[in-house]
Amino acid sequence: MTLAVRCSQLCKRYDNKLEAVKGLELEVHAGECFGLLGPNGAGKTTTIEILEGLLEPTSGVVEILGRRWGTDDRELRELLGICLQETKLPEKLTVLEILQLFRSFYATGQEPAAIMQKVALSEKAQTWVTKLSGGQKQRLAVACALVGNPRILFLDEPTTGLDPQSRRQLWDIVREFKQNGGTVMLTTHYMDEAERLCDRVAIVDQGRVIALGTPAELIAGLGGEHVVEFTLDGGNGLPIAEVSGLRSVRSARWEGECYSLNVGEPHIAIPALIHTVRDRGLSLAGLTTRHASLEDVFVTLTGRHLRDQ
Amino acid sequence: MRRYHPLRELVLCRFREFAREPEVVFWVFGFPLLLAIGLGIAFRNQPQEKIFVGVIEDPAAATTVERLQANPAIHVEIVSPEAASKALRMGRLSLVLALGHSVEYRYDPTRPDSLLARSQVDAALQKAAGRQDPIAVSEKQVTEPGARYIDFLIPGLLGMNLMGGGMWGIGFVIVDMRSKKLLKRIIATPMRKSDFMLAMFTSRMAFMLVEVVILLIFGWLAFGMIIRGSWASIVAVAFVGCMSFAGIGLLVSSRAQKIETVSGLMNLVMLPMYVLSGVFFSAERFPQTVQPLIQALPLTALNNALRAVILEGSYLSSQAGALAIMATWGIVGYLLAIRWFRWN
Repeated sequence: MTLAVRCSQLCKRYDNKLEAVKGLELEVHAGECFGLLGPNGAGKTTTIEILEGLLEPTSGVVEILGRRWGTDDRELRELLGICLQETKLPEKLTVLEILQLFRSFYATGQEPAAIMQKVALSEKAQTWVTKLSGGQKQRLAVACALVGNPRILFLDEPTTGLDPQSRRQLWDIVREFKQNGGTVMLTTHYMDEAERLCDRVAIVDQGRVIALGTPAELIAGLGGEHVVEFTLDGGNGLPIAEVSGLRSVRSARWEGECYSLNVGEPHIAIPALIHTVRDRGLSLAGLTTRHASLEDVFVTLTGRHLRDQ
Repeated sequence: MRRYHPLRELVLCRFREFAREPEVVFWVFGFPLLLAIGLGIAFRNQPQEKIFVGVIEDPAAATTVERLQANPAIHVEIVSPEAASKALRMGRLSLVLALGHSVEYRYDPTRPDSLLARSQVDAALQKAAGRQDPIAVSEKQVTEPGARYIDFLIPGLLGMNLMGGGMWGIGFVIVDMRSKKLLKRIIATPMRKSDFMLAMFTSRMAFMLVEVVILLIFGWLAFGMIIRGSWASIVAVAFVGCMSFAGIGLLVSSRAQKIETVSGLMNLVMLPMYVLSGVFFSAERFPQTVQPLIQALPLTALNNALRAVILEGSYLSSQAGALAIMATWGIVGYLLAIRWFRWN
C-alpha cells in the first residue's frame, strides 16, 4: 500500500521551551481518511502544520507522497489541499472571486463553478464572504483547498463551532473527496467526527501518539464494547475492586460522580451488579448503558476526558 | 495565457477590496481634496489690509489726518488721549500719533501690524512735508499662479498622499492579512511569493496614477493652478516616490502581527515627515543644523522634486539627487523587508 504521509521521530520545540510534539510517529495510507484525535493542546495543529510544510520541525523526518519539504516544495504545494484551523477569507470578496483567486495559484484544478456545486455554494457565487454563515464559510474554506485538485486534503478542526447540520454537510464533502481516490488527514477533538469519518485514528496526547487503529479496533481494545455507568444512593460505598471482579466487567473506574464500567456483555454484568449492590445493603440511584466510544478509549488511556482542557 | 493568471487575480482582488471600502476610498482620494479646499481658502491671497491709526485731539490734528488720507490704505481717526491708549491696548488701533513740537509715534514694537503702520505713516507724513527719496523705485506686484500658497500646497499634499498610500496600501494591508492568517493560507498554495509582492506593488502604482491625476486636475480646475512640467516627468517622480514608500511600507509590515503594532510603526514613520518634509510649509524653515537630516528624508525629496517638476517645469534630470534619495529608501526598505518578512 502506498504511503501518503510518513513521519518519524517528529519533534517540535517552541522557543527552546514548550515541547509541543515529542517523537511522533505516523503513517497515512493513500486513499484513507486519517484522524488525529486529541484534546486541545495535544500537539495536533503543530503536527499537521509541520506535515503541511508551514512549520519547521525541530527534528524528525517527514515524507509526503515520497517527497520532502525543503527540496520539493513547489511540487508538493500543487499536490496538497489545506484548510487551516482559522482563516478569515477577505470579507468583501465574493465566493466566486475567492475561488478564482485560489484556482489561479494552481497549474491544474477544477473550475470554480464545479467546485461551488460540489460544496453547495453555487447560489452564493456572488455573495460576499461577510454575508455567509459559519458553515458556508467553512465549506468555502474547504472549496479553496479542493480547487487545485489535491491528492491529499489536510483539514485542521474542520467542524469546530459548527451546528450539527453544517457538520454533516462538511463530512459529506470529505467522504466524496475520499471516494474519488483522495487521501484525507484531519485533526479533531470530536470523537463522533473521528468515529464516523475516519478509517483510522491516532489518539494524540501531550505530543505523542498513545493509540492507533480503526475506531472499531480502538474501542474493542477496551476489552468491552459497552459502557455501564451507575450511581448509588450515598456516594461510592462500593469498593472499585469488587466492581471490577464482577462477571464480564473488563475494567471499572470511579469518575467522581458515578462508576463507569467497560463491559463485554451487559446482560451478564448488570444482573451481577444489581445482586452485589443488594447484598451490600445499598441501592442504585441510576444506571445507564451505552456503546463504548473513542472518548472512553481516551479516558481509559489517560484518565482524563477529551474536553477537559 | 492561462484562464486564471495569479498576478492578474491578485491585483483584481486588491482593486475589488479597495473599491468596496467606501471610507478607504474617501481617505485616499477625497481627503486630500478637502485639505486642499480648506487650506486653499484659509490661505488665499487677500487684498491689502487697512492700517488703523489714531491721532490724539490737537489743533493740528485735522491737517495731519488730511495728509495721512492721501494713502488709501491708512484709516485714520481723531481720538481722545484715554480712548487712544485703550484702543492701542485692545489692538483696535495699530498706531497712535501724539502731536506736539515733534510727532510722537506710540505703538507696541512686538506687533507686526504696528511696525507696518509706523513705517507707512512716517513715509506718508515725510513725503507730504516735502521729502525727496534719493533712489528711484518702481513696483511690480506678483500674485500670478505658481507663486501662491495653493500652488505650493498641492504638490505637498500629493507627496503626503503617496506616502500614506505606501504605508496604508502596503503596510497596513499586509499586516491585516497576516493577522487574519490569510498570508499563511496563500503560501500554503503553489502561489509564487514574487507574484504576491508584484501584485501589491502593481496595485499601488495604479492607485498612484489616479491620485496624481485627481489632485492636479482638481488644482487646475478649482484654483487655476498652472502645471508647467510634462506629465511624463510628474508621473515619473510620483512613481519613484510611490515605490519608495511602498518599500518602506513593506518593511514596516514585515514582522508586525497585530494591526495595533503596525499602526504605531506607521505613525512613527509618517508623523515626523508630515511636520519636517515641507508638506504645508517649506522645510527650509527649520534650522540649518538639521537640514541635512531633513533633506535626506524621502518625503522631503519627493516634495522638492514634485514642486520643481510641477511648478517650475524642471527636467527630470535636474531632480536626480532627489530621485536617488527616494530610490535608496525604497530599495533598502524592500531588501530588509524581504529578509525579515514573516508569512505566518
